[in-house]
Amino acid sequence: MNQKLPPVTQTAMVSLALIVAGGIYLSAHLPDHVPLAPAVILLILSAALMAFNLVSLAHVQGFAWDRFFAIARWAILAYAITAGLIEFVFLRNHVGGGVLVILTLSLVVYAIHVPTLVGFTVARYYNGPEA
Amino acid sequence: MASVATEPTTSGHAQPAGGPPVVPEFEIVPRIGLVLAGVVLAALVVAVSINGLWALEFMHVAFGAAWTIIDLFVGLVIGPILGRMSIPSRIEFTTRFMPKMVVIMPAVVTATLVAGWQLSTKLGTNQTAYVDHSWIVASMIVVGVMGILALGLLEPANIAVLIELKKKRPNPEVIEQLMKRFIYCSGIIGALQIATLVIMTKLAS
Repeated sequence: MNQKLPPVTQTAMVSLALIVAGGIYLSAHLPDHVPLAPAVILLILSAALMAFNLVSLAHVQGFAWDRFFAIARWAILAYAITAGLIEFVFLRNHVGGGVLVILTLSLVVYAIHVPTLVGFTVARYYNGPEA
Repeated sequence: MASVATEPTTSGHAQPAGGPPVVPEFEIVPRIGLVLAGVVLAALVVAVSINGLWALEFMHVAFGAAWTIIDLFVGLVIGPILGRMSIPSRIEFTTRFMPKMVVIMPAVVTATLVAGWQLSTKLGTNQTAYVDHSWIVASMIVVGVMGILALGLLEPANIAVLIELKKKRPNPEVIEQLMKRFIYCSGIIGALQIATLVIMTKLAS
């Protein structure tokens, strides 16, 4: 519990806030055409923060990866199902083009980053097989 | 919660006098709950596919009401009560309550949001031409903030506390820290749910 860890939770929350902001920006302007650039920038920043989180976690000495993956794989399954349902609604409503690409990639960030956070929160408190 | 540190048993029997607190046997993710969540999500797919007004309104209103009430009740009623309970009672309550929340909340939130978006698309209320469009955008912002808190803090804490309680020697500091996070976060989300109530009643009137 005293292990020095990168600010994974804080970074993930900022990353999630960025894709949520991008989603609200796009959906608040329907059905008008809006410049996609702000949403793209928000998505890139969000994905960059996710990559930063994964890389900084990979550099932590002695991190409980077994525990992390044991939890994260089930969480990925659960969040992939919810992301799939949201994607289904986009497709059902004939969302297409650049907007669909941005929203789909945002869902990918969501479906990877949230399970990462769940796995991290569990693994950070793991203190050996005796626990 | 320092007294939790000693070896709890998993027998499910009452705490022996002066002994360590008992951690009842529990499933982190209840299987029956998964089945029920599957039924809800299947009903959601059907409602979106047929795009029927009643089906979408039912899913959005019923699950939206459940989401609001659960958040308000947990954040403003259960949370403060839990904080004043004895350690063994708190542990017993947590092992019975938190596994249900692991399954209920993601299903309820997904059903509310997916049905809500489909309903607003069908009715045209998510279009800029809609007279109360600014209220719709406000609701998206409130839901966005609640979603970030729930996904980033609440759900990870929920699962982590249950896994900690499954250990042979649960760390009381970890449980205390995670439960505080869960309860404070529920309180903030509960307060945000009041904003949702204001927005939704304004839209419906």
